[in-house]
Amino acid sequence: MAAPLNPSLTEGQCAERSSASVSASAPAARRFAGRLDLKRGAIDMSHGSGGRAMAQLIDELFRVHLDNPLLAQGNDQALFRPPPGRLVTSTDGHVISPLFFPGGDIGALAVHGTVNDVAMAGARPLYLTASFILEEGLPLADLERIVSSMGAAAHAAGVQVIAGDTKVVERGKGDGCFISTTGIGVVPDGIQISGDLARPGDAILVSGSMGDHGVAILSKRENLGFETEIVSDCQALNDLVAVMITAVPSIHCLRDPTRGGLATTLNELALQSQVGMQIQEPLIPVRPEVSAACELLGLDPLYVANEGKLIAICPGDQAEALLAVMRAHPKGRDAAIIGQVVEDAHHFVQMETAFGGSRIVDWLAGEQLPRIC
Amino acid sequence: MKYIDEFRDGELARGLARTIAAEADPDRTYRLMEFCGGHTHAIYRYGVQDLMPANVRFVHGPGCPVCVLPMARIDQAIAMAVEHGVTLCTYGDLMRVPASERNSLLKAKAGGADIRMIYSTQDALAIARQAPERQVVLFAIGFETTTPPTAVALKVARAERLKNFAVFCNHVLTPPALATILASGGEGGVQLDGILGPSHVSIVIGSRPYEFVPQTFGKPVVIAGFEPLDVMQSALMLIRQINAGQSSVENQYIRAVNRDGNPKAQALMTEVFSPRETFEWRGLGFLPASALRIADAYTEFDAEQRFAVAPSSGREIKGCECPSVLRGVMEPTDCKLFGTVCTPENPMGACMVSSEGACAAYWSYGRFRAPASPSAVGADVGSGVAATLAAPANLPAASAPTRRNSAVSA
Repeated sequence: MAAPLNPSLTEGQCAERSSASVSASAPAARRFAGRLDLKRGAIDMSHGSGGRAMAQLIDELFRVHLDNPLLAQGNDQALFRPPPGRLVTSTDGHVISPLFFPGGDIGALAVHGTVNDVAMAGARPLYLTASFILEEGLPLADLERIVSSMGAAAHAAGVQVIAGDTKVVERGKGDGCFISTTGIGVVPDGIQISGDLARPGDAILVSGSMGDHGVAILSKRENLGFETEIVSDCQALNDLVAVMITAVPSIHCLRDPTRGGLATTLNELALQSQVGMQIQEPLIPVRPEVSAACELLGLDPLYVANEGKLIAICPGDQAEALLAVMRAHPKGRDAAIIGQVVEDAHHFVQMETAFGGSRIVDWLAGEQLPRIC
Repeated sequence: MKYIDEFRDGELARGLARTIAAEADPDRTYRLMEFCGGHTHAIYRYGVQDLMPANVRFVHGPGCPVCVLPMARIDQAIAMAVEHGVTLCTYGDLMRVPASERNSLLKAKAGGADIRMIYSTQDALAIARQAPERQVVLFAIGFETTTPPTAVALKVARAERLKNFAVFCNHVLTPPALATILASGGEGGVQLDGILGPSHVSIVIGSRPYEFVPQTFGKPVVIAGFEPLDVMQSALMLIRQINAGQSSVENQYIRAVNRDGNPKAQALMTEVFSPRETFEWRGLGFLPASALRIADAYTEFDAEQRFAVAPSSGREIKGCECPSVLRGVMEPTDCKLFGTVCTPENPMGACMVSSEGACAAYWSYGRFRAPASPSAVGADVGSGVAATLAAPANLPAASAPTRRNSAVSA
């Protein structure tokens, strides 16, 4: 699908597809009449037409922020030799409103989301590909901010964006910018982490406070005139995972509780592992501001999305050791053991409430927050 | 969280549980109807039933505005959006409520109708101001709690001459519903020993409108807040009245409610709305003088006048026991559809949609229990944890004192 970026080949071949490859050839081959107006310009249909406008967008915007040797090969594909070990891959589409929110933006989110999905296998993420769907009229300044943030997030996480694609849709047919990313990583030998490996007696840990991302997004949604100090927890977790699997290689499950929050993710794991879970409400870290915002809106923080937190399940006798390394890492400072895996033919997640009763913590039904990640 | 955590304190709950267990007469049962969905939600979310002796049972009432809205009204709202092309503004919970022909607002929206989820009536006004070329209809539902904000929206619309704004009024009144349920007791209806009365509704209308309950039906009422300690303390107050053979309206929720309510809000309601002769409640049928319509002075903003739609019979899905659940006659698990074809993901009846609906609350928070047997018996307390921890029943200052609104003895 991705088109070569030599304009003489691209024009005509791909005009109808409105498609562009980000894997660009050497910029020295290009000559454009004037530079892109990154301050006042906006995306128009020509930026996806395969012509010069598209080539210029790639050269002057995408390449500037995402440059690396594999991207610079300039082909329809990136060619590389896989490292030794087991490979993992994951793909994730990112649609979010607003595009910019406290603590992040769609660019950083598109990197962190996929890096984290890859890392949750215990893997070291290496490469990403990115597919952009841009809406006609998106300011180039916004796009540059997004791509720049993506480049910075990839650099910080130690991954490279090695292939990409851009499409432009007519005004009204997109929401500014959608980004899909696919990640590739490698799992060290001896690590076996999977959602079906939770066993009765295992401990359940979380890496920090729940619900920050969802509330940060809500606070900025235009129809809620509502301000909080909460910023999204949007961050890459591969460095935290690396220290965790080094200290406790016997971790059974890792998963990031994004959409549907802690509650839904625990239910997924319980079902996949054919077990039940028993958690303790007072042990679950939730910031008071998040708690207050949820109270006001009638939401339950256990169902609110996170973008930089993980759930770990490990043998019960390893829990304290795992907790110690998590807390020693800046991204796991507020980590906590919140409960344990139990036998349960119904695969329920049950919670002892702070109030002293108990209840089921069910899957999220319907939507709690529309379109948050 | 200040002013919230105090009312969710586990130690206080355990102390209160011990008091209830000590005072509840093991030789009788106490069937207490929690009127509001807010109570139902608190009972399930915090596991309040676990802290009660087995012979103190909560019976769920009809106080979930989404649940009691008849299907025909949702059909009409959809018709306004589809046939008249209006922009329909609705609260989120209504989106998934089943309409006729397996339709819903959510499905109508996916089919192209302009249906917007709003958080307040102000959002609907803002949409109308921003799109003067569109007709914008606020799908107004709720009890007396949400009625004053709708009244304000109508006043604002008139003051601003917002000609493209209208209200589809479905506001209903709580006292007639309670009277209907109490009147049905004994003949296939539910036997009740006391009522946990509406809290937020009573902020508006006061506790006085419930005085007919002890006077006419000889049952005690305690106006009860929505926090779990409120519910427990109110249950204790009811148990004490029942034990003493009394029935009066007491007010547990004194931090917000008084006998006469909020006169400004009441004046607004009187100015902007008039009583309907009759209105259909899901589960309860047509009840006289149980709902409000838009008053003649505001009739130009009445969506029912502006956008005529054909009446709908709104036939319920076969086998759905929402009507019986809403009257407290059935537990959610008594319904054959519960948990089989009817789940929160695929609701057949409204009680499974709203988080305040008895079926949804039961499904989400409590379905692992045997349908009718909490573990505790007699003076023991429901959960093992509660039984082993001792705490005095010293409630937070704001909720500890109680005050009688009226002393009508049975």
